[in-house]
Amino acid sequence: MAIEGDITTMGQMIGAGLACTGMGGAAIGVGHVAGNYLSGALRNPSAAASQTAMLFIGIAFAEAFGIFSFLVALLLMFAL
Amino acid sequence: MATEESGLQIHPMDQFTVKPLFGDGPLMWYTPSNATLWMFFAVLSAVAFLVLGTRHRSVVPGRAQMAAEMAYLFVRNMVENVAGKDALKFFPYIMTVFIFIAMANILGLIPTSFTTTSHIAVTAVLALTVFISVTVIGFVKHGLGFLGLFWISSAPLPLRPVLAVIELMSYFVRPVSHSIRLAGNMMAGHAMIKVFAAFAGVLGLGAFVPIVAISAVYALELLVACIQAYVFTILTCVYLRDALHPSH
Repeated sequence: MAIEGDITTMGQMIGAGLACTGMGGAAIGVGHVAGNYLSGALRNPSAAASQTAMLFIGIAFAEAFGIFSFLVALLLMFAL
Repeated sequence: MATEESGLQIHPMDQFTVKPLFGDGPLMWYTPSNATLWMFFAVLSAVAFLVLGTRHRSVVPGRAQMAAEMAYLFVRNMVENVAGKDALKFFPYIMTVFIFIAMANILGLIPTSFTTTSHIAVTAVLALTVFISVTVIGFVKHGLGFLGLFWISSAPLPLRPVLAVIELMSYFVRPVSHSIRLAGNMMAGHAMIKVFAAFAGVLGLGAFVPIVAISAVYALELLVACIQAYVFTILTCVYLRDALHPSH
């Protein structure tokens, strides 16, 4: 397969791919929030229902940083 | 991929193209496009869900009325618990946003339909409306005291300027993360379904594996559609709480 395009495109694509590794960090963060919620909920099930809102807020904030890496990837691919 | 014509052809992003509904003229802001159509359907189903659902207003609610009442109480409790009792006067707007996003997300899951919320342009408007109105509400209610949101009085004094800069940055990044979270989740899920569908197209008899996978992903996407509407709404409530009670 012939390689097309110039080295700038190659750099953009590699950079976009590298930026997506940041999503792994967001995945760890979301898993951490959800796992800790679950362990807390199993210790005190009566308090669990009142904290689901906090669970989703925590997940949303942890996810925000994965979104930034996604944003960087998008910018590299389409905005440059 | 470009060299082999008969091989795997995946165009997962094609479904997000905005096309004019009639003809292929240029796309202006007034052109009716598929985005307009599906946004209209979202509004229509919201009306059907809430207005037609509560049409009879019986004491013993039927299924439709039950669902509409549950959605109403769900958002109302969320606003009251997260943003406080004095935020209830903003409840109509938050309910509107929730129902619109939920309907647009769920309608986008219909095959060959168009997901309006997968476009950052749509979600950015929703997020910017929240961001600007929340900022205005904060300044109207508290005047310059709203800036106390950035001056964390519980932190040690030398740390406060540093924290103020960080808080200020995180405040202005809010509409970005608020909008891209919704658009990104919608876009990624739909693109994933499309990729699996392309696998099913070339596998012949082995296609049942990706079809089972699509079904599972589709169920997950239904969940994500509702959760993302919920997350968008609850973050709106959190921002509203910050505006109404800025002191830490």
